[in-house]
Amino acid sequence: MTRAGINFWALIVGLLVVGVALTLHRHWVYEVPLIHGETQTVWSVEARVEFMADDGPVKVSMARPSDQPGFTLLRQSGASPGYGLNFTEDSDPRAVWAIRHASGRQQLYYQTDLLESTFNGAEEVAPPKLFRPDWQEPYRTAVDSIFADAYAASADHYSLARELIKRVNEVDAPQHVLLLRRAYAGRLPYLLAEMLNHANIAASVVFGLELRDGRRRQQLTPLLRVWDGDDSQVFSVASENSDVPMMLWEQRGAPVLDVIGGYDSRIRFSMLRREESTYSALNDSLPAQQSLLNFSIHSLPVEEQAMFKSILLLPVGALVVCLLRIVIGIRTSGTFMPVLIAIAFMQTSLGTGIVGFILVVGTGLLVRSYLSRLNLLLVARISAVIMTVIAIISVFSVLSYKLGLTEGLKIMFFPMIILAWTIERMSILWEEEGGREVMIQGGGSLLTAVLAYGAMQHPLVQHLTFNFMGVQFVILALILLLGSYTGYRLFELHRFAVLKR
Amino acid sequence: MRYLISPWTLARRGILGINQRNRQYIARYNPRSLFPLVDNKLKTRETLADAGIPMANLIGVVETQSQVAQAADLVAHTSGFAIKPAKGSGGKGILVVTQRDGDEFIKASGARVSRADLTRHVANIQSGLYSLAGAADVALIEDLIRPTSHFDGFTVEGVPDIRVIVCRGYPVMAMVRLSTHASDGKANLHQGAVGVGLNMATGKAISAVQHGRPLTHHPDSGRCLADLEIPDWQRLLELAAQCYDVTGLGYLGIDIVIDRDRGPLLLELNARPGLAIQLANDTGLLPRLRQLDALTGAALRRSAEARTRYSQEWFA
Repeated sequence: MTRAGINFWALIVGLLVVGVALTLHRHWVYEVPLIHGETQTVWSVEARVEFMADDGPVKVSMARPSDQPGFTLLRQSGASPGYGLNFTEDSDPRAVWAIRHASGRQQLYYQTDLLESTFNGAEEVAPPKLFRPDWQEPYRTAVDSIFADAYAASADHYSLARELIKRVNEVDAPQHVLLLRRAYAGRLPYLLAEMLNHANIAASVVFGLELRDGRRRQQLTPLLRVWDGDDSQVFSVASENSDVPMMLWEQRGAPVLDVIGGYDSRIRFSMLRREESTYSALNDSLPAQQSLLNFSIHSLPVEEQAMFKSILLLPVGALVVCLLRIVIGIRTSGTFMPVLIAIAFMQTSLGTGIVGFILVVGTGLLVRSYLSRLNLLLVARISAVIMTVIAIISVFSVLSYKLGLTEGLKIMFFPMIILAWTIERMSILWEEEGGREVMIQGGGSLLTAVLAYGAMQHPLVQHLTFNFMGVQFVILALILLLGSYTGYRLFELHRFAVLKR
Repeated sequence: MRYLISPWTLARRGILGINQRNRQYIARYNPRSLFPLVDNKLKTRETLADAGIPMANLIGVVETQSQVAQAADLVAHTSGFAIKPAKGSGGKGILVVTQRDGDEFIKASGARVSRADLTRHVANIQSGLYSLAGAADVALIEDLIRPTSHFDGFTVEGVPDIRVIVCRGYPVMAMVRLSTHASDGKANLHQGAVGVGLNMATGKAISAVQHGRPLTHHPDSGRCLADLEIPDWQRLLELAAQCYDVTGLGYLGIDIVIDRDRGPLLLELNARPGLAIQLANDTGLLPRLRQLDALTGAALRRSAEARTRYSQEWFA
């Protein structure tokens, strides 16, 4: 074997050893399970509070989550240079930051890990004090009328709340409901809480967070909590309910954020789903920043981790492309375009994605065939195609929205510049080689994208790439190995079939 | 199993696959720095002309936007010419005019081209419509190749071109590409041209394929392809072998045309030659390439004539 050959194999073996060692280290030392499923789901949620300080003492009090049905609080921490931080533990759990002097834009972080569990050790939340709301005319009549209807059609506090929610959300609502809906636009939960309090039923607006993996800059959703004695239930007031898990950030009807000595405050949430073994989750044994060997993306803030989660999947897509091109011999238009399309599919879901891709590229080709008659210079032509893609995507979004197909809005997730280049390349291909070659390469690209999507969105693959850095080394070794493959491609076995004798 | 062949059969027959070609021949013998030489026909021309390799006469080069308008004036006194993009690949963007009729030009296919069409074609070439990755380009205008009578009945509309694979300076395998109605007068195999494998010693036809399937007669004229024999064979192979000395590229596809008056002329060089030549010859490239891989020392410093003689002896 030549020296270069020995070096190459040494590199491959080295990468594999490092990859496997890192993976096993993480598995054994940090108890991260290799197989997805023997785990419990942990949500890392990060709240970022931003405000402008008034050049003086500042006190920020933020509601923080506590144990509740469905979720157990594992750990929490805060970061904020110069601020003193306290977690108040009484009946109203809050995080309180304070500083003697601050000015300019301030950022405070609060991070918590919540275990998804069926265990319910949460304390009952005591009902808040009743208050007596009052309405001006004509709202009072409207409120009385809705309440009377709902009261007649219900048996207890909870069914009354459900009836009220149904009534204010009705599609063909009577005039007086529409009147209220307009006056309380965006504040419907408050209206319902007021109505219930008016009838001497303890109720308040609490705040929940929809947990969606990898989301950033999310906001809280106001919810209605209704008490019956010490017992209580939480209702979503939105007309359509999603099946996303909802975690209560604030459970008692207290303000979520209270800033004294600042203005322009706002709060945003990022979240990330993680699989941890029961052992490590319960023993709090994943110290994020202590070990050098744990020099991993898991020591980053949740918002950045969420971004990395999809970045770390890219090598998997690249591996699929390598396999399909080198071993199978599928032709695609643009080497890694299918991976970017696959990433778009992950946002849109597969069916919508494929339909959207075909619609955009098909329409784009039609427009491009007109542009080619204008004999434009290349850069101007591509720019025109980019604008065409944007126009197509806008039109399809509006159209699908008007038709009530909210699924169609997801078409916005497509990478527009990449699509423009795809259209340009396919159009040239069409003129030079004919429609057949376009179908071959377009179909090849779509097939590659679908397979890359299949690999990238497999829960086990996501689990491994995100939790084990070592997997990246293994993928790199595989890609290098594929790069040295000199055997026949599957398609060559067909191409040279006439030689058989 | 009619649609697939086992990889072991392919290996036994010595068929070179794309992965192996890319890694063991192109990557090993063709230094990346030499690629621009073959990817730009103008550079190829300059380098090869200095070495005395015969090529079609250059009528003119349209390099700047301002020269585009004068493109038609350049060809005012020639009746037949070809306009090509310097960085084009796979025969894209080549306009061949065989006759003129007053102010209009007539293509090989009989289609008419106006002065404005011609100017626009040149402008398209310059804007990079036909070049790799759409880079700005220049247009070359060359004299028309006059076909020899040797190919009468073997070709439709176009001039056949002869592809020779040259590895480390030794001609390895050759085929001639005959245009058909299906290929629209073009000599590209994937567009439906007929590929005929050639005996390295004699330049006579061995076997032929169209669309990847064997055939014995030209699909349009019906002439028996076995009768085909390339004239000036020895000189043609030597010309191909010389290209290695000039370019330094160790794995080359060399396209040669035969002019009625001037004999073999170099058409273009290709640093990534395709694999279909194996189908046309019904023979794998690997045994021949392996023999050349093993060469060392003096065998690599032989003259082009000597290398051609050895090749004809070894690969007949």
